[in-house]
Parts: sequence; structure tokens; C-alpha cells
Amino acid sequence: MTYKVIDGLRYTKKHEWVRQEGGVAVVGLCDYAQDKLGEIVFVELPAVGAAVEAGKSVAVVESVKAVADLYSPLSGTVTEINEVLFDQPEIINRDPYGEGWVYKVGIADEAELDHLMDKAAYEEFIIKEEEE
Amino acid sequence: MSEAKKTPFYEKHLVLQGKMVDYSGWQLPVQYSKGLVEEVHVTRKKAAIFDVSHMGEFSVEGKDTEAFLQKMVTNDISKAANGAVVYSLVCYPDGGVVDDILIYKVNSESFFLVVNAANTDKDFDWFKENLTGEVKLKNLSPDYAQVALQGPKSEAILQQLTSEFLSGMKYYHFTKDVAVAGVNCLVSRTGYTGEDGFEIFCLNDDALKLWDAVWDAGRKKDLHPAGLGARDVLRLEAAMPLYGHELSKKITPLNAGLERFVALEKTVPFNGQEALKQQKQNGLEHRLYGLEMIERGVPREGYPVQAGGREIGWISSGSYSPTLDKFIAMALLQPQAAGSVNEVAVLIRNRPYRAKFTKLPFYRREKL
Repeated sequence: MTYKVIDGLRYTKKHEWVRQEGGVAVVGLCDYAQDKLGEIVFVELPAVGAAVEAGKSVAVVESVKAVADLYSPLSGTVTEINEVLFDQPEIINRDPYGEGWVYKVGIADEAELDHLMDKAAYEEFIIKEEEE
Repeated sequence: MSEAKKTPFYEKHLVLQGKMVDYSGWQLPVQYSKGLVEEVHVTRKKAAIFDVSHMGEFSVEGKDTEAFLQKMVTNDISKAANGAVVYSLVCYPDGGVVDDILIYKVNSESFFLVVNAANTDKDFDWFKENLTGEVKLKNLSPDYAQVALQGPKSEAILQQLTSEFLSGMKYYHFTKDVAVAGVNCLVSRTGYTGEDGFEIFCLNDDALKLWDAVWDAGRKKDLHPAGLGARDVLRLEAAMPLYGHELSKKITPLNAGLERFVALEKTVPFNGQEALKQQKQNGLEHRLYGLEMIERGVPREGYPVQAGGREIGWISSGSYSPTLDKFIAMALLQPQAAGSVNEVAVLIRNRPYRAKFTKLPFYRREKL
């Protein structure tokens, strides 16, 4: 099984991706995670304006069989959420790196991005995780 | 803990890209490549094949078999015809449930029992402990495979493989020694999905031949494989109980709303009879209800249910329902508290989500 991983994004060990767009980071769920979860039927998103902390749970994604927390890759303030997901959470399955983005965070400390994996490192990471 | 067992179809699941999980000591697919939702739809609209070889099978034979079973099960099997399948609970003397089982009556001296995988050893010990009279009990589980073919096209698929006249087989009936693609099978018109369909038992050694034949016959009829995930959602939509959720050592058949399978007035005393009579007389502390979420949220097993800010019970099974496109749950609730409100709240991660009562089953197939 191969999973889509995109160049230019940063990745966490919990399978979130981050795309930097100026001072804002767009966050979503990686292809690997959506595949493991199966059909997503529900999302719980943070409020716009909420302060989030790196490593803390900020959103919940549920498939028919499982519940998964989304952990914030960065510290900052939520500037926007993908409200379309409330009614069509399955977009995450269909287009995890595009229309299935989950929320945006104002970047407080750009150095936090450096702690995240790049494409090559993340690809290696999921191969290892698959072996376990 | 010993390694999870493989059914004869293990390699088939891998080829079909089944996502394998350990379930009740067996390696089984939770879903295949098309996903659980599609598997549910295909079962409702066309047909699906399920590996249910993990289920346990016993044979009970001998002169006193019927009397022995009457003592062990809650339903009254004395009126069952040869060739009938009877659903029943097996209870402890205190009314708690050992298991829910299917009883296949070959004749009054020969029965075939189908029990839950997780309970097979426990059930066998329980039956053995209680054995009376001239009765021979045998655990056939290690030797038998089982395939469930479920969905409206099941009959058309299976009929291609046997000369047995399937339209003549009524719901909850079976025939022994049916040749299906040349394999000796026991075929029953039963299932755990709420659809028409068949459950087919054969020896492990013949199992692959049976699977391949059903698979080939089903190809033109859009047959899909379906996994444990779809099976659980299908049975929930049909409001069929699952041991460990709606039934347990602590949850009686009356709690689970299964009184129609409990012959309280059976003339032969059975395990649990007195306790269940007593429970009925005293009133039930919890009873099974159907819930449908008003606010979007996934109700899951164990989540507390509140009425007017007070906890009145818990979710026993809950899920997104692909067939209804709703979030549904069965819940064990205090009847008085539940009866006095129109709405309840399901606590999901400590936040209340509104839900309303709905009649069980959530889904009922249209009978032709």
C-alpha cells in the first residue's frame, strides 16, 4: 500500500500535515491517516479565535468505526475552520491535502515548523509504522 | 494469549485487500477495499459474502436432547418443526445471559447449535456442566467453516449452485446435506443483517471450493465481500442484539427487549426462569430503546445518556447508519425516566448532544 505524500508540506508523527501560507499554517489529515480511519462521518472543529498549543488535541475526526484526535502541530490562534466538513466530512477521505483541509492557525513561532518532518522523513516514518 | 486463528478464507481476505483485525481470537477482515459504507449498501441492495467461520457450532444428540435443551434455553423449542431454526437466549439462574444462540432442529433427538465466537468455549463448558439424560454434546467449531450470503440477490446467486429448491426454504428454516457446487453443506435461510440471505456451513476442507463457487456465481450479480464492520452496522440497523453490548451476564433478555424469545410460562423449568419472572414482576431497571441523533454526533458504546441533566443509562451500540444516513444507537435506559421525556442527551466527550426516541428496528426490509 502506498500513501500520497506531498512535497513542500510539513508532517507530524500523528499524521497531520501543515502548509505554510505566509503567516498562517493550514492543517489537515494525511492520506495515511484517512485511509487507516476509513470513511469519515463526523468532525469536531475548534472555534475560530481559540488558542491552540502544539501537541494538544484541537479537533476530533470520527469514522464509522473509530475516533481520532487531531493534535495541533503548532501553537497559535485558530483563524479559520473548514465549515464544509460539518456536512461533508467525507471530503477528507476524497481530498485530504486539498479541499479536506481542517483548520488554519496563525503562526506564532516559525521555528516550530522546523520540528516537523519533510516529505522524505515522513515517507520513511510511515513505512516504519506500517512494518509494526 | 495464543495467536489469533485463521479461518480457511484467510488468504482470500488478503487478496481482496481486507483490513485484518483480531476479533474474538480470530483474524478477520473489518472491511475490504471499497470500504464499510459501500459494503453496507451492497448488502441492502444486491448481495455480500461474509466469512463468519469464527462462529461456534455444537451438535447435541440423543434420546433426551430436547428435554435437555428445553432446560437450557429460554425459548420453547417443543413446538419447532423439524428443519426450523429457533433464536434463543441461554441464561444463568439469575437471568443474566450466557449467550444468544440459534437452535437448528433436525429432529427431537438431533440439534445443531450456532453460538457466538467469543462465547464458544464458555458455552460448551456451560452446556457440559448442565448435561442431563442421554445426550451427546460435541463441539464442531474447529472443523466447520461458515459463509453468510446476504442481500436480496442471495437466492439468485445460490440457486445457480444447487438443485435444492431455495424458494421453498422459508426464513428461519434450514436443510442439511445440501450439495452446493458439489460441497456437502448445511444451508439455512438466516442472517445477521436484516436482509434475506443464507448461512452456509461446511467442513473446513471444502470451504475454499464453496467460497470460489459462490464468488463466481455472484460475479454477474455484483456480489461484494463484506467485513465485520459492515456486519456490525447492518445488525445495528436491524436492531439485532450483540452479546457484550445489548446482552451480558448483567443484562437480561428482558432488559434487551427480547421477551418474545423467553417462554416465561414454559412448563419445563429452564435456567433463569424464576429470576426473569421476578424481574418482570418487579419492573425493569433498564430497557432497550432506539435513539436517533438530532444534533450531528456519533453515539458510541458506553456513552452516558441523560434526561433533564440526570444520567438515565448508556449507549449499548451506536454508529453512523449508511442506509438511513443518520446517527443511530440502541441504549439501555431507565424506563420511567425515558418515558417521561421526548428527548434525551447523549454525552459525547462530556458534551451533551440531542437525540430523540425512534422505533426499533431502525431499518426493516420490504418483504416481497
